[in-house]
Amino acid sequence: MTSLRHLVKLTWLETKIFLREPMGAIGTILIPVVLFVVLGRLFSAEPKAAGFVSNDLPVFAVMLVAIGAVLSLTTIIAIYREGGILKRLKATPLSPVVILSTHVIVKLALMSVTLTLLALAGRRFYSGPPTPAPWSFFLGAILVTASLTTIGFVLASLIRTARFAQPLGSILLYSLLSISGLFFPLEALPSGWRAVALASPLTHAVELLRGLWVGTGWASQWTAILALLATVAICTTVSSRVFRWE
Amino acid sequence: MPPVISVANLRKTYGSLVAVDDVSFTVEEGEIFGLLGPNGAGKTTTMECVEGVRKPDAGTVRVLGHDPGARATDLQNRIGVQLQEAHLQKRIKVWEAVDLWRTLFPRTVDGEALLEELGLSEKRDANFMDLSGGQKQRLFIALALINDPEVVFLDELTTGLDPQARRTIWEMVQRIRERGKTVFLTTHLMEEAERLCDRVAVIEHGRLIELGTADELIARHCPERSVVLSSDAGLSVDAFAGMPGISSIAAIESENGRFRLAGLGDDFVSNVIERLAERSIRVTEFRTETPNLEDVFLKLTGHSIRD
Repeated sequence: MTSLRHLVKLTWLETKIFLREPMGAIGTILIPVVLFVVLGRLFSAEPKAAGFVSNDLPVFAVMLVAIGAVLSLTTIIAIYREGGILKRLKATPLSPVVILSTHVIVKLALMSVTLTLLALAGRRFYSGPPTPAPWSFFLGAILVTASLTTIGFVLASLIRTARFAQPLGSILLYSLLSISGLFFPLEALPSGWRAVALASPLTHAVELLRGLWVGTGWASQWTAILALLATVAICTTVSSRVFRWE
Repeated sequence: MPPVISVANLRKTYGSLVAVDDVSFTVEEGEIFGLLGPNGAGKTTTMECVEGVRKPDAGTVRVLGHDPGARATDLQNRIGVQLQEAHLQKRIKVWEAVDLWRTLFPRTVDGEALLEELGLSEKRDANFMDLSGGQKQRLFIALALINDPEVVFLDELTTGLDPQARRTIWEMVQRIRERGKTVFLTTHLMEEAERLCDRVAVIEHGRLIELGTADELIARHCPERSVVLSSDAGLSVDAFAGMPGISSIAAIESENGRFRLAGLGDDFVSNVIERLAERSIRVTEFRTETPNLEDVFLKLTGHSIRD
Protein backbone atom coordinates (compact mmCIF):
# COMPACT_ATOMS: atom_id res chain seq x y z
CA MET A 1 0.00 0.00 0.00
CA THR A 2 2.83 2.34 0.94
CA SER A 3 4.63 1.40 -2.25
CA LEU A 4 1.55 2.18 -4.33
CA ARG A 5 1.28 5.62 -2.72
CA HIS A 6 4.98 6.22 -3.43
CA LEU A 7 4.51 5.04 -7.02
CA VAL A 8 1.63 7.45 -7.65
CA LYS A 9 3.49 10.36 -6.08
CA LEU A 10 6.78 9.76 -7.87
CA THR A 11 5.10 9.03 -11.22
CA TRP A 12 3.21 12.32 -11.10
CA LEU A 13 6.40 14.14 -10.15
CA GLU A 14 8.48 12.51 -12.90
CA THR A 15 5.77 13.34 -15.45
CA LYS A 16 5.90 17.01 -14.49
CA ILE A 17 9.69 17.00 -14.55
CA PHE A 18 9.75 15.36 -17.97
CA LEU A 19 7.29 17.84 -19.44
CA ARG A 20 9.50 20.68 -18.18
CA GLU A 21 12.36 19.42 -20.36
CA PRO A 22 12.65 21.73 -23.35
CA MET A 23 12.26 18.79 -25.74
CA GLY A 24 10.06 16.72 -23.44
CA ALA A 25 6.55 17.19 -24.81
CA ILE A 26 7.67 18.35 -28.26
CA GLY A 27 9.99 15.41 -28.83
CA THR A 28 7.69 12.67 -27.59
CA ILE A 29 4.32 13.95 -28.78
CA LEU A 30 4.52 16.68 -31.40
CA ILE A 31 7.38 15.49 -33.62
CA PRO A 32 6.05 11.92 -34.17
CA VAL A 33 2.60 13.26 -35.07
CA VAL A 34 3.96 15.89 -37.49
CA LEU A 35 6.30 13.34 -39.10
CA PHE A 36 3.42 10.91 -39.43
CA VAL A 37 1.30 13.46 -41.26
CA VAL A 38 4.08 14.78 -43.51
CA LEU A 39 5.46 11.35 -44.47
CA GLY A 40 1.97 10.01 -44.95
CA ARG A 41 1.21 12.81 -47.41
CA LEU A 42 4.37 12.04 -49.36
CA PHE A 43 3.70 8.29 -49.46
CA SER A 44 0.02 8.63 -50.33
CA ALA A 45 0.98 10.47 -53.52
CA GLU A 46 3.00 7.41 -54.55
CA PRO A 47 0.77 4.61 -55.86
CA LYS A 48 3.44 1.94 -55.25
CA ALA A 49 3.38 2.75 -51.55
CA ALA A 50 -0.37 2.31 -51.21
CA GLY A 51 -0.08 -1.17 -49.71
CA PHE A 52 2.43 -0.04 -47.12
CA VAL A 53 0.29 2.93 -46.11
CA SER A 54 -2.88 0.97 -45.58
CA ASN A 55 -1.34 -2.08 -43.87
CA ASP A 56 2.02 -1.31 -42.35
CA LEU A 57 2.20 2.41 -41.72
CA PRO A 58 0.29 2.16 -38.40
CA VAL A 59 2.62 -0.66 -37.28
CA PHE A 60 5.66 1.32 -38.39
CA ALA A 61 4.44 4.41 -36.51
CA VAL A 62 3.87 2.44 -33.31
CA MET A 63 7.29 0.82 -33.58
CA LEU A 64 8.98 4.20 -33.99
CA VAL A 65 7.15 5.65 -31.02
CA ALA A 66 7.94 2.55 -28.95
CA ILE A 67 11.65 2.68 -29.86
CA GLY A 68 11.65 6.39 -29.03
CA ALA A 69 10.19 5.58 -25.62
CA VAL A 70 12.81 2.87 -24.96
CA LEU A 71 15.70 5.15 -25.98
CA SER A 72 14.36 7.99 -23.89
CA LEU A 73 14.05 5.66 -20.91
CA THR A 74 17.60 4.34 -21.38
CA THR A 75 18.95 7.88 -21.55
CA ILE A 76 17.03 9.07 -18.49
CA ILE A 77 18.23 6.12 -16.42
CA ALA A 78 21.82 6.72 -17.56
CA ILE A 79 21.60 10.44 -16.75
CA TYR A 80 20.02 9.75 -13.36
CA ARG A 81 22.75 7.27 -12.55
CA GLU A 82 25.56 9.54 -13.70
CA GLY A 83 24.18 12.45 -11.70
CA GLY A 84 23.87 10.41 -8.51
CA ILE A 85 20.08 10.86 -8.59
CA LEU A 86 19.41 7.13 -8.60
CA LYS A 87 21.71 6.63 -5.64
CA ARG A 88 20.05 9.50 -3.77
CA LEU A 89 16.56 8.12 -4.39
CA LYS A 90 17.64 4.60 -3.48
CA ALA A 91 18.95 5.79 -0.10
CA THR A 92 15.37 6.70 0.88
CA PRO A 93 12.56 4.35 1.89
CA LEU A 94 11.51 4.27 -1.80
CA SER A 95 11.67 0.74 -3.15
CA PRO A 96 14.05 0.24 -6.10
CA VAL A 97 11.20 -1.24 -8.16
CA VAL A 98 9.11 1.90 -7.58
CA ILE A 99 11.99 4.20 -8.61
CA LEU A 100 12.42 2.38 -11.93
CA SER A 101 8.78 1.57 -12.72
CA THR A 102 7.74 5.22 -12.52
CA HIS A 103 9.78 5.89 -15.65
CA VAL A 104 8.09 3.06 -17.53
CA ILE A 105 4.65 4.35 -16.50
CA VAL A 106 5.53 7.91 -17.57
CA LYS A 107 6.67 6.61 -20.95
CA LEU A 108 3.51 4.53 -21.42
CA ALA A 109 1.27 7.45 -20.44
CA LEU A 110 2.96 9.83 -22.87
CA MET A 111 2.85 7.16 -25.53
CA SER A 112 -0.90 6.78 -25.06
CA VAL A 113 -1.31 10.49 -25.75
CA THR A 114 0.90 10.24 -28.85
CA LEU A 115 -1.00 7.20 -30.15
CA THR A 116 -4.34 8.91 -29.68
CA LEU A 117 -3.13 11.91 -31.66
CA LEU A 118 -1.69 9.62 -34.35
CA ALA A 119 -5.03 7.83 -34.63
CA LEU A 120 -6.87 11.14 -34.99
CA ALA A 121 -4.35 12.36 -37.56
CA GLY A 122 -4.60 9.06 -39.41
CA ARG A 123 -8.38 9.33 -39.69
CA ARG A 124 -8.13 12.87 -40.90
CA PHE A 125 -5.25 12.50 -43.37
CA TYR A 126 -5.20 8.90 -44.60
CA SER A 127 -7.53 7.16 -46.96
CA GLY A 128 -6.64 3.56 -45.99
CA PRO A 129 -9.28 1.38 -44.33
CA PRO A 130 -9.46 1.79 -40.50
CA THR A 131 -8.66 -1.15 -38.25
CA PRO A 132 -11.66 -3.20 -37.18
CA ALA A 133 -10.22 -3.43 -33.65
CA PRO A 134 -8.74 -0.07 -32.58
CA TRP A 135 -8.71 -0.93 -28.87
CA SER A 136 -6.93 -4.23 -29.44
CA PHE A 137 -4.34 -2.42 -31.54
CA PHE A 138 -3.92 0.25 -28.86
CA LEU A 139 -3.49 -2.36 -26.12
CA GLY A 140 -1.06 -4.24 -28.33
CA ALA A 141 0.98 -1.06 -28.78
CA ILE A 142 1.14 -0.57 -25.01
CA LEU A 143 2.13 -4.22 -24.45
CA VAL A 144 4.85 -3.96 -27.10
CA THR A 145 6.26 -0.77 -25.58
CA ALA A 146 6.10 -2.10 -22.03
CA SER A 147 8.00 -5.24 -23.00
CA LEU A 148 10.58 -3.31 -25.02
CA THR A 149 11.26 -0.94 -22.11
CA THR A 150 12.73 -3.87 -20.20
CA ILE A 151 15.43 -3.95 -22.92
CA GLY A 152 16.05 -0.31 -21.96
CA PHE A 153 17.04 -1.36 -18.44
CA VAL A 154 19.51 -3.92 -19.79
CA LEU A 155 20.95 -1.29 -22.16
CA ALA A 156 21.17 1.22 -19.31
CA SER A 157 23.07 -1.35 -17.26
CA LEU A 158 25.52 -2.24 -20.00
CA ILE A 159 26.15 1.24 -21.42
CA ARG A 160 28.01 3.10 -18.75
CA THR A 161 27.64 6.71 -19.76
CA ALA A 162 24.64 8.79 -20.70
CA ARG A 163 26.49 10.12 -23.75
CA PHE A 164 26.55 6.69 -25.40
CA ALA A 165 23.18 5.44 -24.20
CA GLN A 166 21.21 7.15 -26.97
CA PRO A 167 23.49 6.44 -29.98
CA LEU A 168 24.35 2.83 -29.07
CA GLY A 169 20.73 2.08 -28.18
CA SER A 170 19.60 3.61 -31.48
CA ILE A 171 22.02 1.52 -33.53
CA LEU A 172 20.82 -1.67 -31.87
CA LEU A 173 17.08 -1.01 -31.97
CA TYR A 174 16.87 0.51 -35.45
CA SER A 175 19.01 -2.34 -36.83
CA LEU A 176 16.66 -4.85 -35.27
CA LEU A 177 13.69 -2.91 -36.67
CA SER A 178 15.16 -3.05 -40.16
CA ILE A 179 15.19 -6.86 -40.09
CA SER A 180 11.89 -7.20 -38.22
CA GLY A 181 9.97 -8.18 -41.35
CA LEU A 182 8.33 -4.79 -41.60
CA PHE A 183 10.16 -3.69 -44.75
CA PHE A 184 10.82 -7.01 -46.46
CA PRO A 185 9.83 -10.57 -45.58
CA LEU A 186 12.02 -12.63 -43.25
CA GLU A 187 12.42 -15.24 -45.99
CA ALA A 188 14.44 -12.69 -47.96
CA LEU A 189 17.09 -12.58 -45.21
CA PRO A 190 20.24 -14.76 -45.24
CA SER A 191 19.79 -17.61 -42.77
CA GLY A 192 22.13 -16.12 -40.14
CA TRP A 193 20.22 -12.85 -40.11
CA ARG A 194 16.93 -14.70 -40.14
CA ALA A 195 17.95 -16.41 -36.89
CA VAL A 196 18.77 -13.01 -35.36
CA ALA A 197 15.44 -11.64 -36.59
CA LEU A 198 13.53 -14.55 -35.09
CA ALA A 199 15.27 -14.06 -31.75
CA SER A 200 14.58 -10.32 -31.81
CA PRO A 201 11.59 -9.13 -29.78
CA LEU A 202 11.00 -6.41 -32.38
CA THR A 203 10.15 -9.02 -35.01
CA HIS A 204 7.49 -10.48 -32.73
CA ALA A 205 6.25 -7.01 -31.84
CA VAL A 206 5.74 -6.25 -35.55
CA GLU A 207 3.98 -9.58 -36.07
CA LEU A 208 1.61 -8.95 -33.15
CA LEU A 209 0.78 -5.41 -34.23
CA ARG A 210 0.20 -6.44 -37.85
CA GLY A 211 -2.18 -9.17 -36.74
CA LEU A 212 -4.07 -6.90 -34.37
CA TRP A 213 -4.36 -4.16 -37.00
CA VAL A 214 -6.12 -6.40 -39.50
CA GLY A 215 -8.35 -7.76 -36.75
CA THR A 216 -6.82 -11.16 -36.06
CA GLY A 217 -7.73 -11.99 -32.47
CA TRP A 218 -5.25 -12.19 -29.58
CA ALA A 219 -5.60 -15.94 -29.35
CA SER A 220 -4.02 -16.57 -32.74
CA GLN A 221 -1.09 -14.29 -31.80
CA TRP A 222 0.08 -16.44 -28.90
CA THR A 223 3.62 -17.05 -30.23
CA ALA A 224 4.27 -13.32 -30.53
CA ILE A 225 2.75 -12.63 -27.11
CA LEU A 226 4.80 -15.43 -25.58
CA ALA A 227 7.96 -14.03 -27.19
CA LEU A 228 7.27 -10.57 -25.75
CA LEU A 229 6.56 -11.98 -22.29
CA ALA A 230 9.79 -13.98 -22.52
CA THR A 231 11.58 -10.72 -23.37
CA VAL A 232 10.17 -9.18 -20.20
CA ALA A 233 11.18 -12.20 -18.11
CA ILE A 234 14.71 -12.41 -19.53
CA CYS A 235 15.45 -8.68 -19.48
CA THR A 236 14.05 -8.21 -15.97
CA THR A 237 16.13 -11.12 -14.68
CA VAL A 238 19.28 -9.90 -16.42
CA SER A 239 18.88 -6.29 -15.34
CA SER A 240 18.10 -7.25 -11.74
CA ARG A 241 21.55 -8.90 -11.76
CA VAL A 242 23.57 -6.33 -13.68
CA PHE A 243 21.70 -3.08 -13.04
CA ARG A 244 23.95 -0.47 -11.48
CA TRP A 245 22.63 2.30 -9.30
CA GLU A 246 25.83 4.36 -9.33
CA MET B 1 23.11 4.22 27.64
CA PRO B 2 24.19 2.15 24.63
CA PRO B 3 25.97 4.04 21.84
CA VAL B 4 23.82 5.35 18.99
CA ILE B 5 26.21 3.89 16.44
CA SER B 6 28.63 1.06 17.00
CA VAL B 7 30.98 -0.23 14.36
CA ALA B 8 33.21 -3.24 15.00
CA ASN B 9 35.91 -4.61 12.69
CA LEU B 10 34.30 -3.15 9.59
CA ARG B 11 35.89 -4.22 6.32
CA LYS B 12 34.96 -3.38 2.74
CA THR B 13 36.86 -4.16 -0.44
CA TYR B 14 36.29 -3.27 -4.08
CA GLY B 15 38.04 -5.96 -6.07
CA SER B 16 41.63 -5.92 -4.87
CA LEU B 17 41.31 -2.49 -3.25
CA VAL B 18 40.75 -2.57 0.50
CA ALA B 19 38.65 0.54 1.07
CA VAL B 20 37.97 0.01 4.77
CA ASP B 21 40.06 -2.27 6.94
CA ASP B 22 39.18 -3.36 10.48
CA VAL B 23 37.55 -0.08 11.52
CA SER B 24 35.89 0.10 14.95
CA PHE B 25 34.34 3.04 16.81
CA THR B 26 31.20 4.14 18.61
CA VAL B 27 29.17 7.33 18.38
CA GLU B 28 27.39 8.47 21.52
CA GLU B 29 24.02 10.13 21.76
CA GLY B 30 23.99 13.88 21.22
CA GLU B 31 27.54 14.26 19.94
CA ILE B 32 28.94 15.47 16.65
CA PHE B 33 31.32 12.74 15.57
CA GLY B 34 33.60 13.27 12.60
CA LEU B 35 35.55 10.95 10.33
CA LEU B 36 38.55 12.97 9.21
CA GLY B 37 40.88 11.95 6.41
CA PRO B 38 42.08 12.74 2.92
CA ASN B 39 40.06 11.91 -0.19
CA GLY B 40 40.04 8.19 -0.84
CA ALA B 41 40.80 7.30 2.78
CA GLY B 42 37.60 5.28 3.16
CA LYS B 43 35.40 7.85 4.95
CA THR B 44 32.45 7.67 2.57
CA THR B 45 32.58 3.88 2.30
CA THR B 46 32.56 3.64 6.10
CA MET B 47 29.65 6.06 6.37
CA GLU B 48 27.67 4.34 3.62
CA CYS B 49 28.07 1.00 5.38
CA VAL B 50 26.72 2.61 8.56
CA GLU B 51 23.81 4.14 6.63
CA GLY B 52 22.95 0.78 5.07
CA VAL B 53 23.56 2.12 1.54
CA ARG B 54 26.47 -0.31 1.12
CA LYS B 55 26.98 -3.85 2.41
CA PRO B 56 30.18 -4.45 4.39
CA ASP B 57 32.30 -7.52 3.62
CA ALA B 58 32.94 -8.15 7.30
CA GLY B 59 32.29 -6.64 10.69
CA THR B 60 29.26 -5.54 12.65
CA VAL B 61 27.39 -2.26 12.39
CA ARG B 62 24.57 -1.24 14.70
CA VAL B 63 22.59 1.98 14.46
CA LEU B 64 20.04 2.58 17.22
CA GLY B 65 20.27 -1.15 17.90
CA HIS B 66 19.46 -2.15 14.31
CA ASP B 67 21.52 -3.70 11.55
CA PRO B 68 21.37 -0.97 8.88
CA GLY B 69 22.05 -3.53 6.13
CA ALA B 70 18.55 -4.93 6.66
CA ARG B 71 17.11 -1.53 5.64
CA ALA B 72 14.28 -1.94 8.12
CA THR B 73 11.58 0.72 7.88
CA ASP B 74 11.79 1.40 11.60
CA LEU B 75 15.45 2.39 11.32
CA GLN B 76 14.97 4.38 8.09
CA ASN B 77 12.33 6.46 9.81
CA ARG B 78 14.78 7.37 12.57
CA ILE B 79 17.82 8.40 10.53
CA GLY B 80 18.48 11.27 8.11
CA VAL B 81 20.98 10.93 5.30
CA GLN B 82 22.87 13.43 3.15
CA LEU B 83 25.02 11.71 0.52
CA GLN B 84 28.26 13.02 -0.93
CA GLU B 85 27.92 14.64 -4.37
CA ALA B 86 24.27 13.71 -4.61
CA HIS B 87 21.93 15.40 -7.04
CA LEU B 88 18.24 15.54 -7.68
CA GLN B 89 16.38 15.74 -10.94
CA LYS B 90 17.48 18.93 -12.72
CA ARG B 91 13.97 20.29 -13.03
CA ILE B 92 12.49 19.19 -9.71
CA LYS B 93 11.37 22.21 -7.69
CA VAL B 94 12.56 22.69 -4.13
CA TRP B 95 9.06 22.34 -2.68
CA GLU B 96 8.42 19.21 -4.77
CA ALA B 97 11.51 17.51 -3.35
CA VAL B 98 10.44 18.38 0.20
CA ASP B 99 6.91 17.22 -0.58
CA LEU B 100 8.16 13.90 -2.01
CA TRP B 101 10.38 13.26 0.99
CA ARG B 102 7.46 14.02 3.33
CA THR B 103 5.38 11.25 1.74
CA LEU B 104 8.16 8.75 2.42
CA PHE B 105 8.03 8.92 6.21
CA PRO B 106 5.17 8.37 8.65
CA ARG B 107 6.20 11.25 10.91
CA THR B 108 7.57 14.46 9.42
CA VAL B 109 8.20 18.06 10.37
CA ASP B 110 6.57 21.04 8.67
CA GLY B 111 8.34 21.36 5.32
CA GLU B 112 7.74 25.08 4.85
CA ALA B 113 9.06 25.85 8.34
CA LEU B 114 12.15 23.78 7.61
CA LEU B 115 12.79 25.66 4.35
CA GLU B 116 12.35 28.93 6.22
CA GLU B 117 14.84 27.85 8.87
CA LEU B 118 17.39 26.85 6.25
CA GLY B 119 16.89 30.08 4.34
CA LEU B 120 15.33 28.44 1.30
CA SER B 121 11.80 29.88 1.42
CA GLU B 122 12.49 32.25 -1.43
CA LYS B 123 13.77 29.35 -3.51
CA ARG B 124 10.83 27.02 -2.92
CA ASP B 125 9.67 27.31 -6.56
CA ALA B 126 13.17 27.19 -8.08
CA ASN B 127 14.40 24.21 -10.09
CA PHE B 128 17.13 22.16 -8.43
CA MET B 129 19.57 22.97 -11.25
CA ASP B 130 19.18 26.70 -10.63
CA LEU B 131 20.31 26.50 -7.00
CA SER B 132 23.82 27.50 -5.92
CA GLY B 133 26.11 24.90 -4.36
CA GLY B 134 25.30 26.15 -0.88
CA GLN B 135 21.57 26.16 -1.55
CA LYS B 136 21.72 22.59 -2.85
CA GLN B 137 23.50 21.48 0.29
CA ARG B 138 20.96 23.30 2.46
CA LEU B 139 18.19 21.52 0.57
CA PHE B 140 19.90 18.19 1.23
CA ILE B 141 20.13 19.09 4.90
CA ALA B 142 16.40 19.88 4.83
CA LEU B 143 15.68 16.49 3.24
CA ALA B 144 17.87 14.77 5.83
CA LEU B 145 15.91 16.46 8.62
CA ILE B 146 12.40 16.04 7.16
CA ASN B 147 11.59 12.97 9.29
CA ASP B 148 12.88 14.57 12.50
CA PRO B 149 15.60 11.88 12.73
CA GLU B 150 17.54 10.91 15.84
CA VAL B 151 20.78 10.47 13.91
CA VAL B 152 21.88 12.62 10.97
CA PHE B 153 24.57 11.53 8.50
CA LEU B 154 26.41 14.28 6.65
CA ASP B 155 29.00 13.27 4.07
CA GLU B 156 31.46 15.96 2.90
CA LEU B 157 28.84 18.56 3.54
CA THR B 158 30.79 21.68 2.66
CA THR B 159 33.14 20.42 -0.05
CA GLY B 160 33.23 22.87 -2.93
CA LEU B 161 31.48 25.66 -1.05
CA ASP B 162 32.87 29.15 -0.54
CA PRO B 163 33.90 30.15 3.01
CA GLN B 164 30.72 32.17 3.60
CA ALA B 165 28.39 29.30 2.61
CA ARG B 166 30.55 26.94 4.63
CA ARG B 167 30.11 29.00 7.80
CA THR B 168 26.34 29.13 7.31
CA ILE B 169 26.24 25.33 6.99
CA TRP B 170 28.37 24.91 10.12
CA GLU B 171 25.93 26.98 12.12
CA MET B 172 23.11 24.77 10.85
CA VAL B 173 24.92 21.62 11.92
CA GLN B 174 25.46 23.07 15.37
CA ARG B 175 21.74 23.84 15.59
CA ILE B 176 20.94 20.23 14.65
CA ARG B 177 23.00 19.05 17.60
CA GLU B 178 21.41 21.63 19.92
CA ARG B 179 18.09 19.89 19.24
CA GLY B 180 19.54 16.79 20.87
CA LYS B 181 20.30 14.90 17.69
CA THR B 182 23.41 12.87 17.03
CA VAL B 183 25.47 13.96 14.03
CA PHE B 184 27.90 11.68 12.21
CA LEU B 185 29.89 13.51 9.54
CA THR B 186 32.88 13.04 7.27
CA THR B 187 35.25 15.78 6.24
CA HIS B 188 38.70 16.38 4.86
CA LEU B 189 38.73 19.93 6.23
CA MET B 190 40.71 20.37 9.42
CA GLU B 191 38.92 23.56 10.29
CA GLU B 192 35.55 21.89 9.92
CA ALA B 193 36.57 19.03 12.19
CA GLU B 194 37.98 21.40 14.81
CA ARG B 195 34.98 23.74 14.75
CA LEU B 196 32.21 21.16 14.72
CA CYS B 197 33.26 17.80 16.06
CA ASP B 198 33.12 16.75 19.68
CA ARG B 199 35.20 13.73 18.74
CA VAL B 200 37.24 12.99 15.65
CA ALA B 201 38.36 9.70 14.16
CA VAL B 202 41.35 10.04 11.86
CA ILE B 203 41.21 7.61 8.97
CA GLU B 204 43.84 6.92 6.36
CA HIS B 205 44.24 4.12 3.78
CA GLY B 206 41.08 2.53 5.14
CA ARG B 207 42.36 2.24 8.68
CA LEU B 208 41.32 4.20 11.72
CA ILE B 209 44.56 5.55 13.13
CA GLU B 210 43.41 7.83 15.95
CA LEU B 211 40.27 8.74 17.86
CA GLY B 212 39.47 11.35 20.46
CA THR B 213 38.55 15.00 21.04
CA ALA B 214 40.68 17.52 19.19
CA ASP B 215 42.32 18.57 22.48
CA GLU B 216 43.10 14.98 23.39
CA LEU B 217 44.68 14.30 20.01
CA ILE B 218 46.77 17.47 20.20
CA ALA B 219 47.91 16.73 23.75
CA ARG B 220 48.77 13.17 22.78
CA HIS B 221 50.66 13.85 19.56
CA CYS B 222 51.69 17.49 19.50
CA PRO B 223 52.19 18.50 23.11
CA GLU B 224 54.80 21.16 22.26
CA ARG B 225 53.98 24.85 22.37
CA SER B 226 56.02 27.25 20.25
CA VAL B 227 56.89 30.90 20.58
CA VAL B 228 58.13 32.92 17.65
CA LEU B 229 59.90 36.11 18.59
CA SER B 230 62.12 38.73 17.05
CA SER B 231 64.46 41.08 18.72
CA ASP B 232 66.68 43.87 17.38
CA ALA B 233 68.88 43.73 20.53
CA GLY B 234 71.47 41.38 19.09
CA LEU B 235 69.86 38.37 20.70
CA SER B 236 71.58 34.99 20.44
CA VAL B 237 70.48 31.44 21.07
CA ASP B 238 72.40 31.46 24.36
CA ALA B 239 69.85 33.82 25.91
CA PHE B 240 67.41 30.93 26.31
CA ALA B 241 69.86 28.19 27.25
CA GLY B 242 68.85 26.14 30.24
CA MET B 243 65.30 27.45 30.31
CA PRO B 244 62.88 25.00 32.00
CA GLY B 245 60.84 22.88 29.59
CA ILE B 246 62.61 24.08 26.46
CA SER B 247 63.15 21.40 23.84
CA SER B 248 64.43 23.28 20.81
CA ILE B 249 65.60 26.69 19.78
CA ALA B 250 65.88 27.50 16.13
CA ALA B 251 66.96 30.70 14.50
CA ILE B 252 64.51 31.45 11.67
CA GLU B 253 66.40 34.48 10.34
CA SER B 254 69.57 34.93 12.35
CA GLU B 255 70.47 38.37 11.02
CA ASN B 256 67.14 39.83 12.17
CA GLY B 257 67.28 37.94 15.44
CA ARG B 258 64.11 35.93 14.77
CA PHE B 259 63.71 32.67 16.69
CA ARG B 260 61.30 29.83 17.19
CA LEU B 261 61.37 28.29 20.63
CA ALA B 262 59.52 25.08 21.28
CA GLY B 263 58.92 23.38 24.57
CA LEU B 264 56.68 21.16 26.64
CA GLY B 265 54.33 21.95 29.44
CA ASP B 266 51.59 24.47 30.13
CA ASP B 267 54.11 26.84 31.69
CA PHE B 268 56.37 27.02 28.70
CA VAL B 269 55.04 30.29 27.28
CA SER B 270 55.13 31.93 30.74
CA ASN B 271 58.70 30.75 31.19
CA VAL B 272 59.73 32.44 27.96
CA ILE B 273 58.07 35.70 29.01
CA GLU B 274 59.76 35.47 32.40
CA ARG B 275 63.19 34.94 30.85
CA LEU B 276 62.70 37.91 28.52
CA ALA B 277 61.74 40.10 31.49
CA GLU B 278 64.63 38.87 33.67
CA ARG B 279 67.14 39.80 31.03
CA SER B 280 65.32 42.94 29.90
CA ILE B 281 65.33 41.74 26.30
CA ARG B 282 63.42 44.08 24.00
CA VAL B 283 61.25 42.11 21.55
CA THR B 284 59.64 43.47 18.41
CA GLU B 285 57.50 40.44 17.68
CA PHE B 286 56.03 37.85 20.03
CA ARG B 287 53.61 35.21 18.89
CA THR B 288 52.60 31.84 20.29
CA GLU B 289 51.80 28.92 18.06
CA THR B 290 49.50 26.23 19.36
CA PRO B 291 49.33 23.03 17.39
CA ASN B 292 46.07 22.06 15.72
CA LEU B 293 44.59 18.97 14.08
CA GLU B 294 46.59 19.72 10.95
CA ASP B 295 49.79 19.23 12.95
CA VAL B 296 48.38 16.07 14.50
CA PHE B 297 47.59 14.71 11.07
CA LEU B 298 51.03 15.57 9.78
CA LYS B 299 52.61 13.88 12.78
CA LEU B 300 50.47 10.76 12.43
CA THR B 301 50.76 10.26 8.68
CA GLY B 302 53.90 12.12 7.72
CA HIS B 303 52.03 14.18 5.14
CA SER B 304 49.51 16.99 4.95
CA ILE B 305 45.85 16.06 4.41
CA ARG B 306 45.86 17.80 1.03
CA ASP B 307 48.77 15.75 -0.38
